[in-house]
Amino acid sequence: MDFKGSDTIPGPRTEDHLPQTAQAAVKIVIVGGFGVGKTTMVGSVSEIRPLTTEETMTQAGIGVDDNYGSDTKTATTVAMDFGRISITDQLVLYLFGTPGQERFWFLWNGLFEGALGAVVLIDTRRLEVSFDVIGRLEERGVPFVVAVNSFPDAPRYPIDDLRTALDLSKEIPIVECDARRRASSRDVLMTLMHFLHSLATAKANA
Amino acid sequence: MVAGPDGQRADLDLVTLVVAGADPPPSATPEQSAILRLCTAPLSVAELSAYLNLPFSVVTVLLTEMLTAELVQARAPIVRQATLPDRSLLEAVMHGLQRL
Repeated sequence: MDFKGSDTIPGPRTEDHLPQTAQAAVKIVIVGGFGVGKTTMVGSVSEIRPLTTEETMTQAGIGVDDNYGSDTKTATTVAMDFGRISITDQLVLYLFGTPGQERFWFLWNGLFEGALGAVVLIDTRRLEVSFDVIGRLEERGVPFVVAVNSFPDAPRYPIDDLRTALDLSKEIPIVECDARRRASSRDVLMTLMHFLHSLATAKANA
Repeated sequence: MVAGPDGQRADLDLVTLVVAGADPPPSATPEQSAILRLCTAPLSVAELSAYLNLPFSVVTVLLTEMLTAELVQARAPIVRQATLPDRSLLEAVMHGLQRL
């Protein structure tokens, strides 16, 4: 632990303070492989500069992922970037960008269980990293939509082809986006909210 | 470092909002003073973790002690309980996103 004492810690800027009336928060998880644009998407819609929360992983996860450590380490740190959108004076939405590997999800209690839903962000150059993520979310019963981050040099596929490649049922929305653009990222979140709303409506009418 | 009763951590989510409930007592540790200073306005556990540069699990242990000592208050998040979120909540979020 590298705690340096209270005087050296920068807190939120005054304009980043939530109002005292803020009563509750909800969260959406953006999940995807390394470099797919999770942090870019969080940053493009967040009202605060994206922040990072970390967790230390020991033992079980060590040495199994080249990106995060080697077997000589006794512990490794996994980071998750997040941002925030004030919805009303009472309600706040947080967006978390998390690595696709399921073993990281347990580091943060209830990351998915408590979330409204998830966005699976994919890069068509590396579709295979998304298979596992989608399967895990389905197993956990986490509602999600798929957003294709349109990198300029990435191949473009018709949505139907992507749906087949990802083995997604026809109800699950797939949208293209440019994670760098606020409006585009906002539309992805809106797609998720509409999808959740339709699921809730279907359930209420069942 | 002690946890709460029976060594249990409080049930804190990343987006539980924490608000200072008291001025730092003379006995406050530097970590406790920092937390109290940070959450004079409501702040999520995730943000506390980020600003303190401490792992989420460490922050939840600190907050468990502080909740027990009534130094801070927690405002529970709205979570999806094995089912779908309430439609009026979803509509509120959509309305908020629309204004972005």
